[in-house]
Amino acid sequence: MGVDDVELRRLVPRVIGALVRRGADFATAEDAVQEALIRAVPAWERQRPSDPEGWLITVAWRAFIDMARSDAARRGREDRMGATLPTTAAPAPGTDDTLHLYFLCAHPALTPSSAVALTLRAVGGLTTRQIAQAYLVPEATMAQRISRAKRTVGRAGLDRPGEAGTVMRVLYLVFNEGYSGDVDLAAEAIRLARQLSELLDDPEVHGLLALMLLHHARRASRTRPDRAIVPLAEQDRSRWDTGLIAQGVAILQAALGRDRLGEYQAQAAIAALHADAERFEDTDWVQIVEWYDELLRFADTPITRLNRAVAVGEADGAPAGLAALAAIDPATPRWEAAAAFLHERSGDLAAAAGFYASAARNAPNQAERDHQSRQAARLNQQLKSGGDARG
Amino acid sequence: MAKYLLLKHYQGAPAPVNNVPMDQWTPVEVEAHIQYMTDFAAKLEATGEFVDGQALAPDGLWVRHDGAGRPPVTDGPFAETKDLIAGWMIIDVDSYERAIELAGELSAAPGANGEPIHEWLEVRPFLAMPPTVSD
Repeated sequence: MGVDDVELRRLVPRVIGALVRRGADFATAEDAVQEALIRAVPAWERQRPSDPEGWLITVAWRAFIDMARSDAARRGREDRMGATLPTTAAPAPGTDDTLHLYFLCAHPALTPSSAVALTLRAVGGLTTRQIAQAYLVPEATMAQRISRAKRTVGRAGLDRPGEAGTVMRVLYLVFNEGYSGDVDLAAEAIRLARQLSELLDDPEVHGLLALMLLHHARRASRTRPDRAIVPLAEQDRSRWDTGLIAQGVAILQAALGRDRLGEYQAQAAIAALHADAERFEDTDWVQIVEWYDELLRFADTPITRLNRAVAVGEADGAPAGLAALAAIDPATPRWEAAAAFLHERSGDLAAAAGFYASAARNAPNQAERDHQSRQAARLNQQLKSGGDARG
Repeated sequence: MAKYLLLKHYQGAPAPVNNVPMDQWTPVEVEAHIQYMTDFAAKLEATGEFVDGQALAPDGLWVRHDGAGRPPVTDGPFAETKDLIAGWMIIDVDSYERAIELAGELSAAPGANGEPIHEWLEVRPFLAMPPTVSD
């Protein structure tokens, strides 16, 4: 009987919390719990403990004592060891350990990349190696990033943990990274957002979870087996996960019912409208534009305006979309891709082909570059055969 | 084993034989090119010779230190004539000959009309680690 990795990792923040309440410092407690996890796998395979959390706390606490001792020994302060080692349990009443860890890992003193790494390790229970693989950096680099983050949190003190908005942004960043290596970061972000939504009664947290579920539901249809991008209009909607969509919609509706709108709920509403359309032609673009207007109230960014311009092009016709596009800085990422799309819709294939070509040149990743190159090639072929037909 | 860097250029390399820019290819030709590149990397992974492959955005600029307490000086975007690297592949191979062979194969990626592009690639050996036995 193997060990359930997710079940094991679910316990990580609680065990760290238990150690911290007993007086361990956060950084060492976190290392000790990682050590306990490593020991848990072979031990639990032999015999699963009746109280997994208690088992982990006991083993992690012993590991913590060992680490604190060897640390003290290294610094030649054995004589003072007794004074530095905490020995008594001092529970902090009324605080939830897991929730506290979310906020701690989104500490305002941390950079986004550090907050992401620390959250994945201390809240998600992933190993440094897994996190390094997911972000395509050497393990030693990720180890440094995490230990620096822990020092920063330790120095800054636990009195000023991050705010809910930062916690949500960290999870959003994790989700957006998709997956590479053997860790599915999107699934992990969903797990962490779901857990957070059980701990923190905030409609925006529910909105974030709904947003993730609704996007995740479309994942299988978004890329071909060779990883090439499939645009929304061409996705095979029979491959969308209707269970996840139903879940996302239900969570979103409950959140919207509380009348405290925010950017994640607005984004989730847009995703829900896409999910709701049986065919691309059935998409309710008018409502989508309305939700983009709502979204702009909370997050007025060029990217949001760009997505809105494309939606306007669908709702009110390409000329309206191009007019909206004209008001946006052409240096905005993917501006050329939006321009190409709207020009093609307006029937100006030559202009569209030119924009697809420059979109390919300036694409932020290889999959998008390939996709825009294909689009340019498709239009140029149409233009050529059109010219042949006329000539 | 020795490592080599295969460098691909946006500009600055001699003109390839089949010199038609990608946006003028047909969709089938684009598809064939992408497939060739994917297969090439997959083959080298399978033979244990692939180390890394990355593509670079065409924009960038020059930067240099401008004295303590001052922000760095920048100069850019790059001039049209600058030698501009588009990306690289790092391979770890048994011999110099093998590095040349693989670079030649990569340069044969198909372009317009499905014909090889014959793109010029730069092959650069890495400086190695000092050997344990040196006498």
